[in-house]
Amino acid sequence: MSKILIVAEHDGRQLNTATTKCVSCASEIADATIDVLVLTTAGSEVAAQAAAISGVGRVRVIEDPANEHAVAAMQAPQVVALAGEYSHVFGPSTTFGKDLMPRVAALLDVDQISDVMTVIGSHEFERPIYAGNAIVTVTAPADQIVVATVRTASFQAAEQGNAVAPVENAEVEVEIPDHTRFVALHAEASDRPDLQTAARVVSGGRALGSAENFEIIYKLADALGAAVGASRAAVDAGYVPNELQVGQTGKIIAPALYVAVGISGAIQHLTGIKDAGTIVAINKDEEAPIFEVADIGLVADLFQAVPELEKALSSRT
Amino acid sequence: MKKILVGLKRAVDYNIRVRVNSGGTGVETDGVKMSINPFDEIALEEALRLKEAGHAGEVIVVSVGAPEAQQQLRTGLAMGADRAILVTTSDPLSPRIVAKTLLALVNRESIELVIVGKQTIDGDNNQTGQMLAALWDRPQATFASKLEIDGDSLQVTREVDAGLEVLDVDLPAVVTADLRLNEPRYVKLPDIMKAKKKPLEEIALSDLGVAAEAGVKTTKYAPPQSRSKGVMVDDVDGLVSALTDKGLL
Ligand SMILES: Cc1cc2nc3c(=O)[nH]c(=O)nc-3n(C[C@H](O)[C@H](O)[C@H](O)COP(=O)(O)OP(=O)(O)OC[C@H]3O[C@@H](n4cnc5c(N)ncnc54)[C@H](O)[C@@H]3O)c2cc1C
Ligand SMILES: Nc1ncnc2c1ncn2[C@@H]1O[C@H](COP(=O)(O)O)[C@@H](O)[C@H]1O
Repeated sequence: MSKILIVAEHDGRQLNTATTKCVSCASEIADATIDVLVLTTAGSEVAAQAAAISGVGRVRVIEDPANEHAVAAMQAPQVVALAGEYSHVFGPSTTFGKDLMPRVAALLDVDQISDVMTVIGSHEFERPIYAGNAIVTVTAPADQIVVATVRTASFQAAEQGNAVAPVENAEVEVEIPDHTRFVALHAEASDRPDLQTAARVVSGGRALGSAENFEIIYKLADALGAAVGASRAAVDAGYVPNELQVGQTGKIIAPALYVAVGISGAIQHLTGIKDAGTIVAINKDEEAPIFEVADIGLVADLFQAVPELEKALSSRT
Repeated sequence: MKKILVGLKRAVDYNIRVRVNSGGTGVETDGVKMSINPFDEIALEEALRLKEAGHAGEVIVVSVGAPEAQQQLRTGLAMGADRAILVTTSDPLSPRIVAKTLLALVNRESIELVIVGKQTIDGDNNQTGQMLAALWDRPQATFASKLEIDGDSLQVTREVDAGLEVLDVDLPAVVTADLRLNEPRYVKLPDIMKAKKKPLEEIALSDLGVAAEAGVKTTKYAPPQSRSKGVMVDDVDGLVSALTDKGLL
């Protein structure tokens, strides 16, 4: 029997859907009880949201002013304080989980498994290496806590809404370090769908040439109700902010529809979209590697094809 | 003056499309080009810039693993590192063991700043810096895209899912480098010649008091599921009908 603790990701107000994916992953382990840990300040609604995820047995809350922002050095000791009661501690493979979970694992003196994509057994998992060019099976020692991050693109979100798990305050005594201070978060407000959870994504690459030209990608995305993404080259060139990068070092996504515009299809980019339902590529070079993975390919100049496509889509509705 | 330690891992070059070997026991590495893990080159570049700006006295590069990592350390020395340490072992390494190794060197060398890459592009672990910081009981600033040193503290801009986060951390600390932190310099021929004379110390892992005891084991390697080749359409109309056929519009 496995006892699994999932560290919730949230921004103080809203639970991140990455957490529901972790619950799905944990549910695939036979005979498991699943608790969610919410590290928060007093009076947050996040615990109630976590309690509504089906499959969750109990929500545990640690309220501390230090949890106003998720700072790994401050949160790791809180997770460790409860970890001893569990056989597994999971977090999402987002920048939040990647920052925090190795710190937790090291304090517990165990290896961490990054990016679980398949559950084979309670201590056996599959994960990608070499930007997804190889999939390895890994086995964790049966007598140690399993600390892992969950590759969110590999799991469906667990249902959220009907369940009501009990919510309990966990009293822990931990020393929270003061050597690390949160200063600011610069996030560009956007009312577009979220890149990590959107069902449709339109991404632009270096070929767009400028931030102004990138406007046609936003227009096409709006016509499709899609989120906007980008290649590393487009981010490096300053056409769009860093949080839009898709790929090995950006976001790993699994939308039903992915449209790659003016993107060559480097392995580091492709690893971010391997689980997409349908990949559409628009590129003027018929030899571009993106066409090897595209379900629908169009060889064309994007500056003609994209506005034309946007018009065609807009006139349909 | 501050000493900076930089981790350089020898990894398959990022341009190579890696393949799993026929036995499913690893990936093909015969005759495959090996390089410094790209994030580690960026980590080293940042350390060198800090030194050049007068914030550090010495930059030490370290690699843990097979003796062949000498090549990558020599490249690091040619880039401008002052000296190199090769910690040798033939045991399989996990980020936890590498972190313990780095901690042993941090203590031996009285290091004040460690910069490592955010992840290795072979194992894609993204753990070592965080683990070192935990074991050392010091701050971590992961996925750094900008770093400013201010006396005994660091202001680090981090690339996070929501955007850019700024942390202020006391030294000593661990920073992990993201791709946009800087652009590493090219190595020039005279520097390669000079690097041959710089000190490269070799030490066995066990001599540092670190045991490479196994935890999580890798039991099988398999190629990923490949996506089947799709259709090419002639124009935007063709694209719209193909999308419609798939029920996507
Ligand atoms: C360690 C490491 C990690 C990396 N991580 C990532 C990552 O997470 N995500 C990522 O995306 N990249 C990543 N990269 C970079 C990656 O290797 C590629 O350099 C990058 O993806 C290229 O971006 P691009 O396709 O936009 O640009 P390019 O490769 O320059 O491709 C531009 C494409 O646009 C086409 N084109 C040009 N003009 C037009 C036009 N008018 N109409 C139509 N098509 C046109 C060209 O034919 C070409 O195929 C990483 C690299 C390294 C070393
Ligand atoms: N064997 C090693 N030798 C030196 N540095 C390493 C080694 N393994 C990992 N590192 C450093 O730790 C970073 C993160 O590695 P990882 O946690 O394996 O993804 C790398 O980018 C290196 O800077």
